[in-house]
Parts: sequence; structure tokens; C-alpha cells
Amino acid sequence: MRLPGARIVLECLKREGVDIIFGLPGGAVLPIYDALYDFQGLRHILVRQEAAAGHAAEGYARATGKVGVCLVTSGPACTNLVTALQDAMMDSIPIVAFTGQVPTHLIGNDAFQEADNVGITRSATKHNFLVKDGKDLGPIIREAFHIAQTGRPGPVHVDLPKDILVKEAELIWPDKVTMRSYNPNYEGHAGQIKRAARSMVRAGKPVLYVGGGVISSNAHAELRELAELTEIPVTTTLMGLGAFPSEHPLSIEMLGMHGTYYANMAVHHSDVLIAVGARFDDRVTGRVDAFAPHAEIIHIDIDPSSISKNIKVDVPIVGDCRRVLRALVEAVREEMKTAGDGREGRRPWHAQIAEWKKTQPLRYDWDDDVIKPQYVIQEISNLTRGEAMIVTGVGQHQMWAAQYYKFKHPRAWFTSGGLGTMGYGLPTAMGVQAAHPNKQVINIDGDGSFQMNSQEMATCFVEKLPVKTVIINNSGHGMVRQWQRIIYKERYCAIDLPGIPDWVKLAEAYGCVGLRVTKPSEVVPALEKMLSTPAPVILDVCVDKDECVFPMVPAGGANTDMILTPPTREVRDRAEKSQTGF
Amino acid sequence: MSGPPARTMTANGSEPRKHTISVLVENKFGVLSRVAGLFSARGYNIESLSVGETLDPTVSRMTLVVSGDEFVIEQVTKQLHKLIDVIKVNDLTDESHVERELMLIRVNAEPQHREEILRTADIFRAKVVDVTQVSFVLEATGDEGKLEALIELLRPMGIQEIVRTGKVAIARGPKTRPRKAEPAKRPRVSEDPRVVGFAD
Ligand SMILES: Cc1cc2nc3c(=O)[nH]c(=O)nc-3n(C[C@H](O)[C@H](O)[C@H](O)COP(=O)(O)OP(=O)(O)OC[C@H]3O[C@@H](n4cnc5c(N)ncnc54)[C@H](O)[C@@H]3O)c2cc1C
Ligand SMILES: Cc1ncc(C[n+]2csc(CCOP(=O)(O)OP(=O)(O)O)c2C)c(N)n1
Ligand SMILES: [Mg+2]
Repeated sequence: MRLPGARIVLECLKREGVDIIFGLPGGAVLPIYDALYDFQGLRHILVRQEAAAGHAAEGYARATGKVGVCLVTSGPACTNLVTALQDAMMDSIPIVAFTGQVPTHLIGNDAFQEADNVGITRSATKHNFLVKDGKDLGPIIREAFHIAQTGRPGPVHVDLPKDILVKEAELIWPDKVTMRSYNPNYEGHAGQIKRAARSMVRAGKPVLYVGGGVISSNAHAELRELAELTEIPVTTTLMGLGAFPSEHPLSIEMLGMHGTYYANMAVHHSDVLIAVGARFDDRVTGRVDAFAPHAEIIHIDIDPSSISKNIKVDVPIVGDCRRVLRALVEAVREEMKTAGDGREGRRPWHAQIAEWKKTQPLRYDWDDDVIKPQYVIQEISNLTRGEAMIVTGVGQHQMWAAQYYKFKHPRAWFTSGGLGTMGYGLPTAMGVQAAHPNKQVINIDGDGSFQMNSQEMATCFVEKLPVKTVIINNSGHGMVRQWQRIIYKERYCAIDLPGIPDWVKLAEAYGCVGLRVTKPSEVVPALEKMLSTPAPVILDVCVDKDECVFPMVPAGGANTDMILTPPTREVRDRAEKSQTGF
Repeated sequence: MSGPPARTMTANGSEPRKHTISVLVENKFGVLSRVAGLFSARGYNIESLSVGETLDPTVSRMTLVVSGDEFVIEQVTKQLHKLIDVIKVNDLTDESHVERELMLIRVNAEPQHREEILRTADIFRAKVVDVTQVSFVLEATGDEGKLEALIELLRPMGIQEIVRTGKVAIARGPKTRPRKAEPAKRPRVSEDPRVVGFAD
């Protein structure tokens, strides 16, 4: 079948099962928009800035488990998109991004709106393609989707020169993708799995350390089975939240820089640490030579390069979390037949963890007059019974959301972990809402982060995406303020965002609903009102700007060096001397 | 209180040394910049890089010389393998292999030195490929040690310029002829527990 390139692109998207694309047109991709004019079965959501198209595609992808798709023009549109690509790269989110390019005969000529798109996105993508012949469109798009969603998921970029979109070509659609250079390994090594099972059953102080890979491989049920079978406590990374219910008796919640005291203590004292789809990020390990110093480390990951990258691993298992966990459950059952279930021997360990939980729970001081940000998150959690889709910006509010929201399900938590991209919240929430029109999508954002993509309120309004944004308004870059307070002797510099703009008026300017609360007693009624409003809402919550996120491990410190309360001078001096000085 | 055993990669690592890594890649647009970009992005040092077609014109071979300790090299090989266009990565360093590099060297040829230069060239089996009143250009091939030795001997005469190709390397053939009937069975790399696991 011969078709213009632009039509081929759309046909291919349809065959890949795409139903929504996020995009913004321009000269180089006009042939696609022209083809879209009367094309059936694809919803196009027009964003206001290209980075938002990328983040929306990320939200869609994480929410559905499918590949998210965005489409933007050449040059400045592609450079705008780069942040979202790198974000998806760091957090292993499968998206395919299409950009326009100047016609092939002009490439390299400094033509209008030309940029070396594939050169620019090379290091921000899992792979990228420049299409140089119309007959390659089908096979390349097929490979792009295949690469994005298999192995370790990630972003793939396809650059489309305008002449390729205009000229007719044969639509070639390979039945299946075979690539001699790319064949991810899904099955774990049976011998290694057995070794892991042996260690787990015999361990006295084991911990499961669970990351985003469990979510991307839909392995939450297998994880739960393994945890309950062995009664091993579970901590998750920021990206792993939702992989295991926060309120499960075996849950010790998040570990790392702003993890719980008990999670960090448990990991530090563990004798067997089972990392599942987690990548030993420096925000998790703290000082590497003091991380889980007594543990035998088992690491399940689909990406061989994640293994023994930061921390030397004793039992590497390369494979898909779901398949490996399933095999591990069997291997553990087998092992228990001869070695017993080992639960009795772990009683003291559970008692120790319970003690840590009791002495150092997550806590904050209540105030009758000033709203504490943690309280807002707790009430959101209560009112939605942990069933909402939660999206965040980057900063203190993100950490409080991670600490105080009680997660029940996977694919219900969306945050920029690896890149820490401020401005991620609203556009990602849009993508989630587009994927799940009937779910409650709540963007818990910062007053700083929200301003980096607030223009997308227009998209929410026009496209009927009733995203609820709760701005944890501390009149500034709170996370930066926290560091300046603790490490830089309160020499506050460039952190104030003094009440500009008026968020209520801004919401109204976009045709949306704006609400504001300043007192603790107003919080619940305002949240209820927000949740029952069928339109996009901004709820401006004016909170205590002095509040800090605790626990906190100073960068370069060991996880056992957690700061638990507002620092004294002595603590500050110690932090100042920390290895990296932040 | 004694400190915890070190977990850092470098602390436990071996001494840095040079590795010769042979990489088969799809002969596609941009593949060289993917490899080069990987090295700069991750802060690895490439000492030399050479690229050429193989018997199969859709496949190119890159020969890289990289220095680093065991852990750095492990990451380098894994990261190379992770590139979508990379078909195979082989660290030849500890395998039986032959390495060669080609060097062109232009050296001052004062009358009192001409004889000695020619004699040296002869000993090193270097060819004289250009002669003028005042200079010779020599072509030499060999492994690194040989080329370095030649350079040292010519240095006193005044070396004007050196151009080197970078190293190429090839595995030596098997000592015995494999029996036709049973094709040499190679275990899948991913089944080998010592290998942290590449997909085959
Ligand atoms: C302000 C701020 C503070 C932060 N503080 C913390 C903190 O206190 N604690 C914390 O945990 N993080 C924190 N982070 C996030 C941190 O930077 C990392 O993003 C996060 O720790 C990484 O999570 P992860 O290890 O689960 O890996 P991910 O980035 O989710 O990576 C997933 C891993 O699983 C593997 N994988 C993917 N798919 C599969 C599959 N199918 N099968 C097997 N394996 C698979 C991948 O190869 C990868 O290794 C913070 C971020 C910010 C911005
Ligand atoms: C694009 C980008 N620029 C800068 C930073 C550095 N940064 C991290 S947190 C933060 C402050 C965020 O302020 P806000 O969104 O109001 O969140 P808060 O910490 O106040 O809750 C900054 C500037 C970043 N993460 N991303
Ligand atoms: Mg703020």
C-alpha cells in the first residue's frame, strides 16, 4: 500500500495501539497535522509547551503500562522536549517522541528551525532514529515502540524530515521485530535464583529493597507473595512507592535521603538485602562504603549495567522482576522444605524493627494556627483512601507526599525521581487524567515547581482534564531553603517567591476553579470541595515556610547519620563538614 | 569500632590497566558518535579507537583501547553492550590475540643521520615511503611496544610528525581444527553465572 509518509506515521501509530498523542504543531510536522485532520481513532491533545507533551506522555505511559506518544516540530520544539526525554530516560519510562525535521536535502544547511535533533537527543534517549527513506517509516516506528517498552524501558526519539512526510512510499509493517543487536534477557539464571533463595530462607535480618522496576514489570503481586511467604520486611525507593502497600504490616516504607528512620536502620543492619528493580541511586545509598555494610546483596535487575555499578553485588540476577520473583517464590518454597521457613529465627529482627518504628515514627509538630504541609498530605490520603493518582513537582512537597500518602496500588504515583524535574507535575497529571478520565488525579505541587509549567492549566481546561492541583505554598523554593538553613548557616539566597501570582486568580483566568486556605481548620473542607468539583482546580494551601523534611541524610553522609529534628548548631557544623558539602 | 568493609567499586578494584576491546556494531548512521558519546558522557578514557568494515558490509568492527580498573572495564563493556546498535563486545585483553598498529613518521634526514635512519628502519621492518633532501617518511606496523621503541630511536634525529591509526586486534585461531560433526558448543553467555549477564 502506497501512502504519503505522514499517513504512514498515523497508520503505524494506530497499529501500535496508540489512542492518544500529546503534541504541538509547526512547519516541519504540518503534513502530519494535515493527515490528522480527518484521521479516525487518534485523540490529539494540544499542549502549550513541548516539554509538557513529553511529560504528559510519561504520565500516560506510567499510568497505563503502554507506550506514551508525543509529536512536536523541529528545532526549538525538539530542544524544548529534551528535558522530558531525559526525565523519561532517568526514570525508565517508555515513550516514543516524534519530531519534525527540515527536508533531507536541507539537513546540515542551517535551514530555518533546523537543529541536529538526533545529535541533541542521543544521550537523552534509549535510542533514536533519523528517517531517511519513506519505506523505512514502518520498520523504524515498529522498532521504536519495541525498544521503548522492552528490556529496561525508556524514551525513543524518531526524527521525521518534512519531505519524507510528504512523499508517497510503501507502508511496510513487519509482523514482528527481530534485532540481532538487541535481545534483552528476561529469565533469571536458575542457579543464581537458587542461591538467592538459600540466603533468604536462612537470613536472620533480611530486607527487600524494592524499586521502580517492580512497577514497570507489573510484579507487585509476586513481590507480595514472596514477602508474605518469607515474612521479610519491604522498603521501597521513591520510584517504587505503590509496589507494596504502605500500610502492610511488613512495610517499612521509603528508604534513603528522606526515607524513614526504621527503613534506613533496617537496611543498615541487614544481613541479606534483596534489591528488586532498584538501582542503588546515591539518594538511596548515601555514602556507599557505609551502605548495608554487613549484608550479602542480591540484585534482580533487567539491565546488567545497573548491577555492581555503585555497590558490589554478591548474587546478581539479570532478568525481568516478575519472572524472577515468580521463580524465586518457587525456589524459596523448595528450600523451606528442607531448611524450614526460618520465621522463628527472625522474630528478634521483627521486634527490633517494631522498636525502631515506635521510637522514631515519621512525625511533625502540630500547630493550631499555621498549616503544616504534612497534615495536608495526610488529609489528602485519608479523603481519597489511598485510591487517587498522585503526581508531584520537585522539592519538599514531593518528599512529604512520598512520606505521608498511604499508597495502595502500583501505577498510582508519578514523580520525577532521577532527574528531579521541577515543572513535571501538571503536564504529567494531564497525561494520567487523559489515560484515566474517571480517576481522581491530584497534582501535589510546589509554588516554585508549578510555575515552570502552569501554562498547562489552559490545556486542562480546553481538553476537559479535571486535574486537581494542591499547591503546598511555602512562598519559596523550600527544599533549597532547607539546605541553606541546615548547611549554609541560614544565608538565604534566591529562594523567595513572595505570593506572586495570586493562584486563585490564575486558576480563574484559565477558566478553572481557584481555592485558598490559610488555617488548619479550613483544610479538610477545602479538599472536599476540590475533590467534588468536576473541573480543574487549583487549591492554594498557605503552609508553614519554616517546616523541613525529616529524616534527612546529608549528601555524602551515611544513612545512619540521619538528621531527625530541626538541627542544632552542632548538627549544622557536622553537616557542613560532610564529604560533599551538599 | 572498626569501620565497615568497603563497598566502593574502586576501593575493592584492581589496578588500572589498558584493555583492548573489540566491538561489533551495526554499520548504521551515527553509530560512531553513539560509542564516542558514551565515553565522554560517562567519563571513560579512550586511548585509541579504530573503525572498519567487516566481511559482512552491514557490520563494522571498532577496536577500542581503554584504561581502567576491573570495575570500570566491567561498566564500559556493559554500557557498550547496552547501546542498541552494538551486536557484540569482546574484551580481548586476557584472550590470546594479535594487536597491530600502523604508524607514519616523518623524521629529519641530515646527511650524517641518513644511514642510521635507514638501518633502524630496516631492523624494525619499516618501509621508507617518501624521501627528500631533508626528510624521510617511514611506515611501520607493530604492537605498541615496537612502535614506541622506534619512536625513541628516531627522536634524537628530530621527528617532524607522527600519524598513528590506533590499534586493531584479532583473536588468534584455535590450536586444533574443530571436528566438523559437532559444532563447537558455546554456552549462552546469560547462562554463565560468572557473567553478570548479557543477552546473547
Ligand atoms: C528531591 C529528591 C529527593 C529524593 N530522595 C530520595 C529518597 O530519599 N529515597 C529514594 O529512594 N529516592 C529518592 N529520590 C529519587 C532518587 O533520585 C532515584 O530516582 C530513585 O531512588 C531511583 O529509584 P529506583 O532505584 O527504584 O530506580 P528506577 O529509576 O525506578 O529504576 C528502575 C530499576 O529497575 C530496573 N528495571 C526496569 N524494568 C525492569 C524489569 N522489567 N525487570 C527488572 N528490572 C527492571 C532498571 O534497570 C533500573 O535499574 C529523590 C529524588 C529527588 C528529586
Ligand atoms: C528544573 C529545576 N531547576 C532547579 C531545581 C533545583 N531545585 C530543587 S527543589 C527546588 C525548590 C522547589 O520549590 P517548590 O516547587 O516550591 O517546592 P518546595 O521545596 O518549596 O516544596 C529547586 C529550585 C530543580 N530540581 N529542577
Ligand atoms: Mg515552595
